[in-house]
Amino acid sequence: MVPESYYVALSAVLFSMGVLGVLVRRNPLVIFMSIELMLNAANLALVAFGQRHGTAEGQALVFFVMCVAAAEVAVGLAIIVTIFRLRRRLSVDELNLMRW
Amino acid sequence: MTFVTFGILAALVVGSAAGLILKRNPIHGALFLVVNLASVAALFLTLHAEFLAAVQVIVYAGAIAVLFVFAIMVLIPGKEEMGPDPLRGQRLLAVPLVGVFCVLVALVLRSATLSGPARGAAVPGGVEAVGRLLFTDYLFPFEVTSVLLLAALVGVMALTKRKA
Repeated sequence: MVPESYYVALSAVLFSMGVLGVLVRRNPLVIFMSIELMLNAANLALVAFGQRHGTAEGQALVFFVMCVAAAEVAVGLAIIVTIFRLRRRLSVDELNLMRW
Repeated sequence: MTFVTFGILAALVVGSAAGLILKRNPIHGALFLVVNLASVAALFLTLHAEFLAAVQVIVYAGAIAVLFVFAIMVLIPGKEEMGPDPLRGQRLLAVPLVGVFCVLVALVLRSATLSGPARGAAVPGGVEAVGRLLFTDYLFPFEVTSVLLLAALVGVMALTKRKA
């Protein structure tokens, strides 16, 4: 049986790679996929912790995280499509409309 | 044997995440994302969370990945990251800082709860255990989730409707 700390360490690495993707990439679609990576890392850690404590509560929480992720992706992609219709460009560095 | 399985899956997870970050073309990124999500589903299986593994494949690798591919098809991106990068210095700085961040997260998680002895009892990971929790202790959040999904549905339609 692989110890849970291995899973948690892998989850930390996966989360950091998601952060790196958000910081480094300029395409909002890829940034969105990196956010999915971070959500997945959190899910993995939740399941590992639930396994560690011997309850299924971690898995119930992961279920809710998946629901929120599905809603987030739908709304986020709709926003990206709307911005693309307005600007015809798709780089996050040019989107400074709400910047003071 | 379990260690070998974990090692292969971990390599797949990290490699596909690296591919998602490094590949310039977003459609390649979407395919790497599918590989990543499927590998995480397999990791759920090794943790005896069979229900979550199935949901992961259906919801993430199925619905969300298809949504991403559709968005890429509609938007036809690819030229965004060709020009000169005005924030190149910041982006190069991000790489070592993320490395520091990863070490910090690993240390915090390590010191948090994993130091004591393990419970040992196997967690029931099937539909029954999770469903029992969802419909007893987590009944209210479960119902709120349905409202959230409805709000997302209506919001997406309101956002993308063309003004007549």
